[in-house]
Amino acid sequence: MVVRFGDHLNAAGNRACLAFAAAVKRSEINGVLEVSSALQSVLLHYDPLRLTPQKLHGVLAALLNEQDWYAAALPNGRTLWEVPAAFGGVYGPQFAQACALAGVDEATAVAEICGAALRVQAIGFAPSQPYLGELPPHWNIPRKAELTPQVPKGALVVAIRQIVLFSVPSPTGWLHIGQTGVGLFEPDRDPAFMLRAGDEIVLRPVAAADFEAVRSRDPLGGARARVIP
Amino acid sequence: MTGQLLVHQAGPCVTVQDLGWHGYVAQGISRGGAMDVLAMAEGAALLGQSSSCAALEMAGFGGQFSLTRDCVIALTGAEMRADIDGRALAWNASHILPAGARLTLGAVMRGVYGYLHIAGGFSPPPILGGCGTHLAAGLRAPIAAGAELPFGAAPTSRAGLTLAVADRSAGGVIRILPTLQSDMFGSDLLAAFQNTGFTRDPRSNRMGVRLSAPDAPNFAPEAARNILSDIVMEGDIQITGDGTPYVLMAESQTTGGYPRIAQVLPCDLPRVAQLSTGAEIRFQMISHNEAIEIERAAQAARAQLGAMCQPVLRDPREAGDLLAMQLISGVTAGEDEG
Repeated sequence: MVVRFGDHLNAAGNRACLAFAAAVKRSEINGVLEVSSALQSVLLHYDPLRLTPQKLHGVLAALLNEQDWYAAALPNGRTLWEVPAAFGGVYGPQFAQACALAGVDEATAVAEICGAALRVQAIGFAPSQPYLGELPPHWNIPRKAELTPQVPKGALVVAIRQIVLFSVPSPTGWLHIGQTGVGLFEPDRDPAFMLRAGDEIVLRPVAAADFEAVRSRDPLGGARARVIP
Repeated sequence: MTGQLLVHQAGPCVTVQDLGWHGYVAQGISRGGAMDVLAMAEGAALLGQSSSCAALEMAGFGGQFSLTRDCVIALTGAEMRADIDGRALAWNASHILPAGARLTLGAVMRGVYGYLHIAGGFSPPPILGGCGTHLAAGLRAPIAAGAELPFGAAPTSRAGLTLAVADRSAGGVIRILPTLQSDMFGSDLLAAFQNTGFTRDPRSNRMGVRLSAPDAPNFAPEAARNILSDIVMEGDIQITGDGTPYVLMAESQTTGGYPRIAQVLPCDLPRVAQLSTGAEIRFQMISHNEAIEIERAAQAARAQLGAMCQPVLRDPREAGDLLAMQLISGVTAGEDEG
């Protein structure tokens, strides 16, 4: 069962998803197997043989009426990550194309992308992989019709006012603009998952000539964390 | 007492699988685990153990294996050519595999995924608490020649049992339910989708089964390239930008921006996973109430698998190895997850 808070990117709707998903988890509804939040929706995976859809619908409707979820605060204990990134050239073969679609030159694009903290609006597609946003309106560029066969782990891609940082090598229809050295998901590391929905990332631009040194400095590719007060 | 399975030769996609991970969708990890969960339940029934015991999943081709100590094995899922030291083995059955004997599992005869189960289950070091493999998420890799895979102690060892199993590779009607995005397609495309016979495209894998229908219309609805990514699940049928349907499977991505025309009932997914090359499926939309009753019946049937196991009936004149076989020992409790 899906609870949808909006059909376009919207910060209040995204906060509502995070808060509502946390509240559903706390309620421990018998028969609900898994709860996860997306950009503007919360998905409940449930066993219809143990919990009827009618009953689940009633429980969720009551929970929805308890408060104004769009006014909910962000979760506590969020982390701000500073992540070094190289843009363009071999590190972002579609950066020029993305800049042209957004109507800005490359220096402006780097300033816009790195100028403000990007919120982890949702985790998805692959382990610990964030949908980051939201970029200014002129970055509302469509996905490509054809897939790029593979972008590397740590790749930065852009479309529809969002950036995704890839946790594993993957095909994508988004535009490949840059590269980080960060390992978002390492099954042998504790914690295995680096990010949670609600965390923030500031990308710090690094010149292509310096990137390999920065990337190889440590397993996090030079990324640094601090708790958001 | 534990032992090791020695892998002497392995096909290109032999993986150790359990029923997968649950509870990690919020962190980007789909279920993973066995593609054909019914084959896991059948192997568990033959061995009298839980279907969460890990087995080897073999896509298209098996390999050559031996054990460091005697143990009972079971073979389920897509039927493969199978022998122990040249003596042919029945599929959907349990057998004793003596230490050092060479088990050879060849190409599938029909279907896609064959399973080799062992009493007690395989016990590789757990990753995030699971013993399965999720290739897309980088959780374990395919098993290669030279690998040694530990297996656990067997509480009961039964060999010489067989299970009558209906063929799941021949296609037929696959029951579907609408998704939140089905209406986006309009009634004409939804009708055309259900009137089309689909076959399995060879580019299918553990992430998704790509469907092919040469004369079908383009199923992509207008203006779908900018829809917001949402959570997707195993069983969802995504229509990509060029109109191709994909049934998302065990290693599905957890979010996706392509619209979903329908979702497959969980109990029909094994027939999608095992669809033979050239065999045809057709989709049929049913109601939620019908779906719940169908799933309830499927669950009841799974719970009966243990009781359905029968001793292999053999002609004594052909059974030169009768004395070497442990025909039955232990009894089935018929237990399985409910």
